[in-house]
Amino acid sequence: MGRYIAKRALTSIITFFAVLVLTFILFRLLPGNPVLLLFRNPQLTQQQIAQLSAQFGLNRPLYEQFILFIVNVFRGNLGLSFYYRAPVTQVLFPALLNSIILILPSTILAILIGVGLGVISGWKRNTLTDMAVLSSSLVLYAIPTFWLGILLIMLAVRIGGIPVSGMLSIGVSFTSPTQYLGNLLRHLLLPMITLTLVTLGQFSIIMRTSVINELTEDYVVAAYAKGMSESRLIRKHVVPNALLPTVSIIAISIGTVVAGAVLTETVFSWPGVGTLIYDSIARRDYPVLQGAFLIVALSVIISNFIADLVYAYLDPRVKYS
Amino acid sequence: MSAHSTLRRYLGNRKGSLGLAILVVLVFMAVLAPVISPYKATQIDPTAILQPPSPKHLLGTNEVGEDILSLIIWGSRISLLVGFLATFVAVLVGTAVGVVAGYIGGFTDEALMRITDFFLVIPAVVLAIVVAALLGNTLLNVILIIGLLSWPSTARVVRSATLVYKQMPFVEASKCAGAGTAYILRRHILPNVLPLVYANTSLTIANSIFTQAALVFLGVGDINDISWGQILHFAYASGAITAGDYWYAIPPGLMIVVAVLGFALTGYALDEVLNPKLKAGVVFESA
Repeated sequence: MGRYIAKRALTSIITFFAVLVLTFILFRLLPGNPVLLLFRNPQLTQQQIAQLSAQFGLNRPLYEQFILFIVNVFRGNLGLSFYYRAPVTQVLFPALLNSIILILPSTILAILIGVGLGVISGWKRNTLTDMAVLSSSLVLYAIPTFWLGILLIMLAVRIGGIPVSGMLSIGVSFTSPTQYLGNLLRHLLLPMITLTLVTLGQFSIIMRTSVINELTEDYVVAAYAKGMSESRLIRKHVVPNALLPTVSIIAISIGTVVAGAVLTETVFSWPGVGTLIYDSIARRDYPVLQGAFLIVALSVIISNFIADLVYAYLDPRVKYS
Repeated sequence: MSAHSTLRRYLGNRKGSLGLAILVVLVFMAVLAPVISPYKATQIDPTAILQPPSPKHLLGTNEVGEDILSLIIWGSRISLLVGFLATFVAVLVGTAVGVVAGYIGGFTDEALMRITDFFLVIPAVVLAIVVAALLGNTLLNVILIIGLLSWPSTARVVRSATLVYKQMPFVEASKCAGAGTAYILRRHILPNVLPLVYANTSLTIANSIFTQAALVFLGVGDINDISWGQILHFAYASGAITAGDYWYAIPPGLMIVVAVLGFALTGYALDEVLNPKLKAGVVFESA
């Protein structure tokens, strides 16, 4: 197991390095070089320009600039935000926290519901239940995230009382932690439903296929012939085995969850990294955009690594090797 | 398998027939837009602003008095165009990478596949937003960006098929007869690999339409070109959503869902008909 994890960790590190190269190319070498735009910012003083110029080493050869860029990233120095006039990390960190508050529960819910529906659908394949689950999963897969958000907003406005934008009510001073939490949860409701729904469709389809493939295996027929009850067979044998391919596909789709989160956040003005990316494009705040891109890529890589660990734990062939 | 029997098997597939029917309707809608749309796309009626559906405007009007139904019909053009062209780019790159990686093997294969994995891991929509924002918002840029981010799934499918075919006796025989690599790729590998690409193509089109809508909705891309994502962008930006103007917000999204389902169903059906052995070899990417 150790060797497997080490290999995966190495792959993750190489991928992150590739992300750094890509970021450097995107933000330094493409036309409209954003680092040079930095100096067109009228709010900067002459002294700040000189300081930034030295910091980014813009007068040095390209490879030195690249090394300096890497060193700066690892020091957590991502430059200054044009808009906030503060270090990018100071802007990014709270946004990242807000994004996690949205993404973590949504992803867990989507996995639980999606996998559960997939098991039922695969077990009762070719029945009415299966058809219902499969077609609603397909429709959920085809629904644009932002449009589902729009539909929910319209519904919520009609019902009334459900907040459709932001993370906390503006201008309200909270007297107790429970009041604060209640307000936060009410704001979380719609974005969480949106992200969960658009994510779970793909999980249930994958789990269904996986369960059906597993049900054709000889050991299933053997266990059934020995008189094992169907529900026990599903619980003890089919689901654990069917989970393996599902886990690896969930890992691949983490990137799409993040993309879904960016759109969900924008529609509901949830103050996370997604909304920050959206706002930074409008503000031409390239240092923040660069930082946000790096943080998104890094979190996808880390999530993939965690998924690999879960896979290793679930698969005895990896676990005991 | 003759073309005729393939077609019969395809049409016998219920998902496939439904998907194909949707695609035919969409293509007709895009081609015949000038004929079937009740108004010119940008024809403004200042006396009818944000009107609910009526006999005069079947799907109502938007905040500047344009007819929503006409916008939807004209919008199908850009949405489909981006879907097709971006996919063309993706299939070209993906097939080239897949065939070269699979056939040459060794270090080339390893390097190309690492790059492919890298693009599979990186959230394409986020990268597309960033690149489009940096390069500028033209239609061509959006097509190229979506295309250049969508090739990895094609490359993987093509590579694994190439690995199978390069070991086939007819390829070895051809090699013994003195055929060069380029000749073998063109005459033996590609014709066998292409059926797999078709099924994948359909899904890539669905994903491209999806991504384009997402980008335009966020205001990345040319928001003067009428497309379904663009209509939703203005519906959201003008506050029509919170005002509850359902006729403005529901139809464009519904069109995206229908188009994506049409291409996805066609893709599944093609996969089942052309590659009966490869069940469910499909990985989703959704925005």
